[in-house]
Amino acid sequence: MTVAIARFLGSNCDRDCLHIFQEILKEICLFVWHDEFELPADVTAVVIPGGFSYGDYLRCGAIAAHRPLMSAVKQFVDQGGPVMGICNGFQILCEAKILPGVLLPNRHGRFVCNLQEISVSQGGVGIFKNYNDNEKIKLPVAHHDGNYYADTATLDCLEKNNQIALRYTSTDEQGHAHVNGSSRGIAGIFGGPKNNVLGLMPHPERRSEHRLGGDDGLRMLRGLVHR
Amino acid sequence: MRDLDITNSDHALQMGLKKTEFERIVQLLQRAPNKLELGIFAAMWSEHCSYKSSRIHLKKLPKSGSTVLVGPGENAGVIDVGDNLAVAFKVESHNHPSFIEPFQGAATGVGGILRDVFTMGARPFATMNLLRFGAKNHFKTRHLLSGVVSGISGYGNCFGVCNVVSDVAFDPSYNGNILVNAFAIGVVPHDKIFLGTAEGVGNPVFYVGAKTGKDGIHGATMASDEFSESKEAARPTVQVGDPFKEKLLLEACLECFSKNILIGIQDMGAAGLTSSSFEMADRGQSGLLLHLDRVPLREKNMTPYEIMLSESQERMLLVVKKGEEQVLIDIFSRWDLDVVEIGSVTDDGMVRLFWHGEEYTALSPEMLTKEAPIYDRFYEAPERAASSAADFHLDNFSYEDLLLKLVRHPDLSNQNWITEQYDRHIGLGTLQHQHQADAALVQIPGSSKAVALQIGCDSRLCGIDPREGVKRILARMVLQIACVGARPIGLSDCLNYGSPEDAVCMWQLVSGIEGLAEAADSFQIPVVSGNVSLYNQTDHKPIDPTPTIALVGLQEKPMQTATLFFKNEGDLIVYVGSFAHQFSGAELLFEGQVKPRYLSNTWDLNRVTSLSQLIVEQVRIGTILAAAHVGKGGLLYTIFKMAHAGKKGAHVQLDISMSEHLTSLFFSEDAFGAVISVPREKLGIIEKAFLNIAAVHVLGTVSSQELSCQLGRKNLLQLPMDIISHHYDSGLCEVVNGRIDS
Repeated sequence: MTVAIARFLGSNCDRDCLHIFQEILKEICLFVWHDEFELPADVTAVVIPGGFSYGDYLRCGAIAAHRPLMSAVKQFVDQGGPVMGICNGFQILCEAKILPGVLLPNRHGRFVCNLQEISVSQGGVGIFKNYNDNEKIKLPVAHHDGNYYADTATLDCLEKNNQIALRYTSTDEQGHAHVNGSSRGIAGIFGGPKNNVLGLMPHPERRSEHRLGGDDGLRMLRGLVHR
Repeated sequence: MRDLDITNSDHALQMGLKKTEFERIVQLLQRAPNKLELGIFAAMWSEHCSYKSSRIHLKKLPKSGSTVLVGPGENAGVIDVGDNLAVAFKVESHNHPSFIEPFQGAATGVGGILRDVFTMGARPFATMNLLRFGAKNHFKTRHLLSGVVSGISGYGNCFGVCNVVSDVAFDPSYNGNILVNAFAIGVVPHDKIFLGTAEGVGNPVFYVGAKTGKDGIHGATMASDEFSESKEAARPTVQVGDPFKEKLLLEACLECFSKNILIGIQDMGAAGLTSSSFEMADRGQSGLLLHLDRVPLREKNMTPYEIMLSESQERMLLVVKKGEEQVLIDIFSRWDLDVVEIGSVTDDGMVRLFWHGEEYTALSPEMLTKEAPIYDRFYEAPERAASSAADFHLDNFSYEDLLLKLVRHPDLSNQNWITEQYDRHIGLGTLQHQHQADAALVQIPGSSKAVALQIGCDSRLCGIDPREGVKRILARMVLQIACVGARPIGLSDCLNYGSPEDAVCMWQLVSGIEGLAEAADSFQIPVVSGNVSLYNQTDHKPIDPTPTIALVGLQEKPMQTATLFFKNEGDLIVYVGSFAHQFSGAELLFEGQVKPRYLSNTWDLNRVTSLSQLIVEQVRIGTILAAAHVGKGGLLYTIFKMAHAGKKGAHVQLDISMSEHLTSLFFSEDAFGAVISVPREKLGIIEKAFLNIAAVHVLGTVSSQELSCQLGRKNLLQLPMDIISHHYDSGLCEVVNGRIDS
């Protein structure tokens, strides 16, 4: 297994992801620079880490989505390759139209960093094979623009196709997540031809070691490389 | 006026220099300076850059120790932590810009301190800050608070470093002059520590990073003058930050360090290209030749004067090994940053500035550094009024009312609204942040060890007694890091005071430095970096003296630690430390609008040392499960906080013999000590360990759902935790939302 970690200008969780995949999961790991047109041939999974690619200028993820590397990622996705976009990585996947919808600024307008209870909607299969269905886990979030939005038709379509991957358990009467205002409490969604792409706002890599409070996140990182 | 026009003392005055200082320049140059030269002198001789009022007193601070690898005078202090690794850290003020433009002022404060750290070759892995705002109901407070916090959040989060402690307080003395003090710490291998020096004749000098604009011109001078209402129009002198650019600069610089192609590196911080070039030449005892027309500019028609004094952010000056130029250019180009050779190192002891081939000036660095004025300013203690604190009566309040009042105080209430705006986890090192333990605990990247971090100040104590006040601040912090099982290894200070030209403010500064020197000596903690921020006053009203201390401790076994949380119902709640029978300087007194004039006792720092060492031992062997020092807010507040953090309650059972001192026991801040929780069967170990060192008082037990206190059989206080927590959660939100019922 070889995990490619995308590096855009302004990515800042790239080294954290490298640490978990390399030191904890003992996988072969490499950084791929944003101006590469192709992924190395031996790559078996791709991670787009969090950060503030291109300073979040224009819109979060908008500039990164148009870098050469993303066309290579698109190709990899189309071939069924597993891809995980975390936080800014999720925003980039949406801006690149690999995943539907968009991440708006948090409803309260502030950056938010705390621990959230999250329900794993598609436990037991694919990237989530190491979770029980509807298992409640805890993952930290850290974002300014994590308010997932899509029109009703798209949201219905996501529900119908089992593409809603993760939901915040704390929501208001309209189903918006308290933490950021996300529609239907969405914290992460699947996409790609075989639900092989996962975009999520929480940071599984920050909850992958006991010294950091638990390993709820590690199981999905392991699921990405050994599905 | 053009750059080469000759100046007089009136021009000097406009740039913040005194007439005598202008005369000294004329004497040094043997002629009157031109405008460019005068600007350079004004910046380098400003209080901010020259420390002219504090320098003779700063000498009193202990700076050395066997683990100190780099002391004060460089961009940051560096301390050995073993395994061929060292930590570089510093705290610095950005007060004046933050008052004028809170978002950018605070953001660039963070940017500046991060550059100070990675200039040393160290990758930053944690930050902290200390913020002081005006009264909670002052009309500017809400705007300044939200601007400063989002500025820090916007910069630090994007750069990608965790923020683990934020110490925030509100007081009317900061109404016209808020404080923003930012701290950063980084890790560096011993053989990769870089210094700001220019050496080796012929080595090229490179400008890297962002382009130079007209922002922040004469910022250092502004920071060396007091405010008046009209000064707020000085917004153009505030720099604008770009954390994205800084992140690129960090990665590019670290790549250069690893390739071993640099001789020296210096951040263009306060006074920009001026201070970086002259200080590098001074440290290297060399000269420099700089072509200012090659500096990358953000706007057209900038003059050499503006280029030398701009404080545009995210820029560095590098001296590169000759022959390695292309390696450097490739690295910076890859990170999409400007990289331009603007000159070279010479050996004639002069910094020569050229503009399109013409030499505009040649100045000796020594004139600007070693020859800078040093003042032994007059200072005098104010007359001390005879009134004491003892006449303060709490009879009108119940203990329940008092506790609820305390937890709702914005300084003591739940700080989540602020701290949740900071990324606290990036870097995967945060073992405990400020809400989880009495000090933050962050693992050092590449090491199994952790640093314990804490930042703080108690300006009320220092307002009453500037010398004893600072001693107590440091003593409390030593106890705080002991509570997570760490011992102090070094500190950085940021001395925020009023005008040194005012005898009382100057006395406060001198007393503060002497108090810090005494305490740091006693605890054997070297002061390795820091800064002095003077003229913190508006229309002649100075702030309370605010000597911020950032303390760094080392925890070799970070898993053997104690948290803030009470763990198990039935565990004993124990107080270890001294008891206060007096009541001066406590938060409650100020809530009651009574200002005491003296502190009732002097702390015995040797006893604090012994107590803290014992706490460290007992934390590490696991006897102590939860620990927190008793500081601002007093004992009862501390017990509440520990119960709240653990989602537990507490029952305090006092002996009848305590009845005379209940108020001071619950609310005084005059004692030093800590509240700990221990399993019942381990009480004997604690009693034995602390024998002859500190009093051990069993206060009660960890319970659930309510906080209650009994004296004998008499109920003193009984409150559901929900109710107290509601008040605790409301305090800061009332400031933020602008709803204050006075």
